[in-house]
Amino acid sequence: MKPWITCVIVATALVISCTHKSKGPAQPTATAHGTAIVESSGGKQVAGVGSPLDQPVVVQVNDKDNNPVPGAPVRFSGPAETVFTPAEGVTDSSGQFSTNIYLGGSSGRYRLTASTWDSSGKRIDVQLEEVALGYQQMLGHELNEEYCARCHDSESTALRVSNHDNLGANARPFTEGDPFNKLSDADLTDLIAHGGVALGRSAEMPPWGYTLTNSDIAALVSYIRAVSDPPYRTKGVVYVQK
Amino acid sequence: MRQKISSLWHTLFGDPGRAFGVVSLMLLVLLASVPAKNHFSEWRHYQNQYQRLVRGRAEAVTLEKHMPQGIQQIWIPEQGVVDRCTTCHVALKETSLRDIQEQPFRTHPPIPHNLSEFGCVTCHRGQGPATTVEEAHHTTLAWEQPILSARYVESGCGQCHLNHLTGTPKLNEGRHLLAREGCVRCHMLTMADGVVMQGADDPPSLVHIADKTTREWMFAWIKDPQRYSSTATMPNFGLSDDDVRDITAFLVAQSAPLQPNAPKSTATPGTATDLQAGTSLYGESFCASCHATQNAAGNKVGGDLGPELTKIGTKAKPEWLQAWLRNPGDYDPDTKMPHYRFDDKQVATLTAFLMAKKDDDLLANVHLPNATPEQVKHGRALVFEYGCASCHGINGIKKPENFAPDLSREGSKPFAQIAFPADVPHTLPDFIVAKVRKPRAFGPSLKMPQFTLTEQQIDAITTALMAQTDRAQTQPVNMRVAGYHESKYQPAGKAGQLMNDLRCFSCHAINGHGGDMAPDLTWEGTSVQRKWLADFLKNPETLRPTLIRRMPKFNLSDTEINILTDYIMTVYQTPAFDRDEIPAAALTPAMAEQGRELFYGKYACQSCHIVDSKADKGYIGPALWSVGTRLNAAWVYHWLKDPQSLRAGSLEPDQHMTDVDARALTAFLMSQKLSQKSSGKQVAKK
Repeated sequence: MKPWITCVIVATALVISCTHKSKGPAQPTATAHGTAIVESSGGKQVAGVGSPLDQPVVVQVNDKDNNPVPGAPVRFSGPAETVFTPAEGVTDSSGQFSTNIYLGGSSGRYRLTASTWDSSGKRIDVQLEEVALGYQQMLGHELNEEYCARCHDSESTALRVSNHDNLGANARPFTEGDPFNKLSDADLTDLIAHGGVALGRSAEMPPWGYTLTNSDIAALVSYIRAVSDPPYRTKGVVYVQK
Repeated sequence: MRQKISSLWHTLFGDPGRAFGVVSLMLLVLLASVPAKNHFSEWRHYQNQYQRLVRGRAEAVTLEKHMPQGIQQIWIPEQGVVDRCTTCHVALKETSLRDIQEQPFRTHPPIPHNLSEFGCVTCHRGQGPATTVEEAHHTTLAWEQPILSARYVESGCGQCHLNHLTGTPKLNEGRHLLAREGCVRCHMLTMADGVVMQGADDPPSLVHIADKTTREWMFAWIKDPQRYSSTATMPNFGLSDDDVRDITAFLVAQSAPLQPNAPKSTATPGTATDLQAGTSLYGESFCASCHATQNAAGNKVGGDLGPELTKIGTKAKPEWLQAWLRNPGDYDPDTKMPHYRFDDKQVATLTAFLMAKKDDDLLANVHLPNATPEQVKHGRALVFEYGCASCHGINGIKKPENFAPDLSREGSKPFAQIAFPADVPHTLPDFIVAKVRKPRAFGPSLKMPQFTLTEQQIDAITTALMAQTDRAQTQPVNMRVAGYHESKYQPAGKAGQLMNDLRCFSCHAINGHGGDMAPDLTWEGTSVQRKWLADFLKNPETLRPTLIRRMPKFNLSDTEINILTDYIMTVYQTPAFDRDEIPAAALTPAMAEQGRELFYGKYACQSCHIVDSKADKGYIGPALWSVGTRLNAAWVYHWLKDPQSLRAGSLEPDQHMTDVDARALTAFLMSQKLSQKSSGKQVAKK
């Protein structure tokens, strides 16, 4: 056989194998297929960079009548460095699939995708979002738990009873983006440092500028921006790249 | 072929002139390769890429001015740091580039450190002098220190910061767990300042164990501690039934009877009425502040300072429980449980109530025949082998020394010393995670037991251990932010004995010694009025209506109350001011009225405090309806002026109040003189 014929055969084989692979990884072995995938719980969690989310993320696969489908394939994907344990599998007897997630090393919002496949092999996705906090935001998170959450969070925990419903004014949770996004960084800093009166708001918000340092307040502002929903936009919200 | 080479050689070097030319040309090519290598180097590629990146931006001129040219280096001789990371990571300080997320151009989040004084490798590890990506970040044959992933980056802070640091929750949690889970009872862990970390898990002494419980319960417990209580700290040693049987045989054999001549308890076991009374007494005594029980929904309710009591009736012998409730210190001198001074009837009532908390399934299949001497001997050998005495006091067995590997420099453990199991990635953090998660995956005969830890807890422990590096141990002393060391403060005299008997320090701190569950009492004598304190000790009433954890009633005698009150009022005084400096006459009703307006208006104090129990709702601070009978005016005044100077870390915001405002508010607050009884009624009405 002429050498060039061998070359052509080898090249063709290579091209075919590459084309085959480029179709993407095969779906997980499944016994059933649904037509929709929805988020059950675990979205919008906040964790430090590189840290595990407190709660697992759970998605559910449904059929066309919105009944859960057990045994349907599910795969999670996200930006590089995000670790899913497990990343893929099939739904349990209640049609749900649960995974524990470690966010990657960049602070910002993580867009995660959970996919399933219908009986014709078509991929169906649902998008989820989680927030990873960098050092400064983590500092703000801790200060929030200590000082702010008592009034700004209406949920009580074993160690912290919420004072939210006892206030005359409505102390908004920091995840409620709309009221906070309207304030500039400077206004927000003033509000924390000099109290509500400084901006013509309720005196129930005391001035924290003599108790917290400037960098503490900067950290709080950074935290409030990080968890705000809808996201706070200055130069466009920073999403972690794939 | 040989002929061809020979002819080529001859053509090139046969003629000396031509040979000179050829050699010169080769030399020139070689010389040219050096600038070429420099030109095509990785770092130059990144600097060029950065230049293109900033060119289109509004602040391009400033950014280009800041841009480094050539190899950058930070040198910190006292730490032995040579750091060239900023050669590629050019934008670390450019706050205007915060939107850029891709490396190596990401901006460093603001930290209270100057980059040029710390360098990068001090915190992030990696090889500072390297100038290629591969060598700088990864392990090579010559260098064993890869860069730390973001997951454990807080360990970098832990090398210098030996105390609690607000921005590093994972590191704080990890250090807490190393002490709380008892890791440091088997492993030595010396912090960089030379302080040896102590266990905080409080494992009980087994010296009189046979008085306390049965061999059957010990068997069930050692076999699977989490079956008795899912929150149990004791790990599972994975022992065989025979081994556990022999250990229980030995523990019973070594147990010394407690006070062999003490009279037997006269109290009779409880009746149904006792059970109801017991529920009330358990509640009134605020046992739930420290002990949890499982409710019908399966949730643990209560504190974790003491053991969970859901199945205590299966564990404790009634005689022991009675003796314990009478005075816990008799059985265990180191216990945190206070001496309640219960009378015989109360002891019997509580015993009956607690003994009814049973789980009959726990011991259903445990049948132990009488132990043979061989079994006792084997049990003793096992107790030695597994280092039980590292945690528990056991008759005739000393705490073993250097029982498990020293962890003081675990974060610098060389790879060469680690035998990785098949599925564990070859990095130090992965090794630690795998070891903590499942110790016996490294060999079935290893002694380290199986702990019940969540993934978050394992991550935190790994972060804390990664902070224990050679660098931490050897760096200059001025780099260290020393850890919190509890003082050895002991109150003196009769009051001191009483305070130890009541275990005040389990919850309160005084002069840097004690727990943080209840307020610090260092300046209590300046703060309160004598009569209020005496009334409070007689019948403690909470100042914070929503708290589950409350001060228990200790059934103190009048003499005891006098001793305590005198001591607190005399000794625990701040030197900053005189407690009598504002006499009652100095606070007029007009000032009080002005204070009321400030309270409800300018300062909106009612959002955190309650003065009028019908109108105010604030839950964060203590109720203030009886300040006038509880506190001293001078304390209130100075507290309003600067709360943190009197109690560091207080949540009360420092409002920078003027003297006039502070005085008016003091006058208003001191006019609040509702007696304790009537205030109690007000709460009840609510």
